[in-house]
Amino acid sequence: MAMLEVSHLEKHFGETEVLKDINFSLEKGQSLAIIGSSGSGKTTLLRCLNFLESPDSGTIHVDGQLLLDGGVKTKTSDREVRKKRLRFGLVFQNFNLFPQYTALENVMLASQLLARERPDYKQRKKEIFAEIRANAENLLAQVGLKDRMGNYPDQLSGGQQQRVAIARALALKPDILCFDEPTSALDPELTGEVLKVIRALAEQHMTMIIVTHEMAFARDVADEIIFMDGGVIVERGPAHQVIEHPREERTRHFLAHYSAS
Amino acid sequence: MFGTVFASLNEGFLVTLALFGVTLLGALPLGLVISFGSMSKFTPLKGVCRVLVWIFRGSPLLLQLMIIFYVPGKLGHNIWGFQNGRFWAAAAAFIINYACYFSEIYRGGIESIPRGQTEAGLVLGMTKGQIFFKVKLMQLVRRIVPPMSNEIITLVKDTSLANIIALTEVIWAGDRFMKKGLVWPLFFTGVYYLAFNGVLTIFFGWVEKKLSYYRV
Ligand SMILES: Nc1ncnc2c1ncn2[C@@H]1O[C@H](COP(=O)(O)OP(=O)(O)O)[C@@H](O)[C@H]1O
Ligand SMILES: [Mg+2]
Repeated sequence: MAMLEVSHLEKHFGETEVLKDINFSLEKGQSLAIIGSSGSGKTTLLRCLNFLESPDSGTIHVDGQLLLDGGVKTKTSDREVRKKRLRFGLVFQNFNLFPQYTALENVMLASQLLARERPDYKQRKKEIFAEIRANAENLLAQVGLKDRMGNYPDQLSGGQQQRVAIARALALKPDILCFDEPTSALDPELTGEVLKVIRALAEQHMTMIIVTHEMAFARDVADEIIFMDGGVIVERGPAHQVIEHPREERTRHFLAHYSAS
Repeated sequence: MFGTVFASLNEGFLVTLALFGVTLLGALPLGLVISFGSMSKFTPLKGVCRVLVWIFRGSPLLLQLMIIFYVPGKLGHNIWGFQNGRFWAAAAAFIINYACYFSEIYRGGIESIPRGQTEAGLVLGMTKGQIFFKVKLMQLVRRIVPPMSNEIITLVKDTSLANIIALTEVIWAGDRFMKKGLVWPLFFTGVYYLAFNGVLTIFFGWVEKKLSYYRV
């Protein structure tokens, strides 16, 4: 069974149809890259998955469980939405780290707040916090920031900030981690260190959806690629095939702007 | 002579300080409530809050003091007739007036925090309350300390307006000597304001420095 199953997803902003009948699935441990020109609806799709936008219709299943049915407009409680959105993680284009917290605190914060809801929080507070801290330190080491844990975001380069943001998303152990153009806000010389971290996650079989303009990276790291244009999925296929032998004219046209080498 | 003057001025200044303190205690939280109201998605509430702010910021505090103190009595409800009634009438006017000013400072601060901060919190499973208290509040405090300190220093001086409803604050105390032909006590009240605002300026400078451990 697929880890993620998106069916007939539709989203309008007023009159503009931003997502039209989006269907795709993603297997556990696979990574999917989404490419497409600006305005094609990639960000909106990720935001729907992360409950930052509510789709007008369509369904999202994770692990066979219905997470969202856009057609049903019942009011779900905040608590339920929070639980559901934790199945996903999202790494933003511009990091959105919390400036008043150190790298380590950024990674720990959400876990600490969630821990308060655990039934054993009061009795085991110390242990729980020690676990959270150890986990955060591990993650920061994993993204190569072992010696920058005490730094505030403004003391870090863009690439370092984005790596903290990745560690922060990983701390909550999402089933599916989404990236929205994680290197687009970075100077070219800093993209490599972030892509390396994502590549390592792919090798550990993290289930991921990566919106990116780095074609070579998408080809080499993703299992499959979706090309979107004007709110529809134009083409979907194995990564190498889509980049090297696109079937659709629109994909070919789009890729002509990039030389994936 | 000096002794009586100082005793009397000190007594007046205590009233000034009390009005200042009570105003802050009331207006700081009330301003936050009004700022939330004026950013509400519920249009009637937003409308009411914005009109309230417009009225209290758009008209003289002196006039507000007089209306709040005298009008109820003229209508036959002498609500300020109790002991210290004048003080609480003045406090009511100051609290509402300053809450309106503070609410605009809060609103500016909250609106200047990037939307991405909230979204990052949401995606990390935080509740709206957690996002406000753990993510935005600190950034808000930092942004509002400079404009707030200006407003608070103005408040110190504005307390003297309560003179108009015969509240016995420090200038009122000085003025009593003036009426008996002794001039210097009235002028000397300025020293109280200067000293207190000096202390506040140093305090806010220290707070700003404390808060600048990170840059935005
Ligand atoms: N909040 C919004 N309100 C109105 N239109 C929006 C909003 N967000 C995105 N759009 C529109 O939806 C379309 C798709 O945007 P987006 O999902 O950001 O595309 P991409 O990430 O592929 O560049 C664009 O035309 C954009 O202008
Ligand atoms: Mg986008």
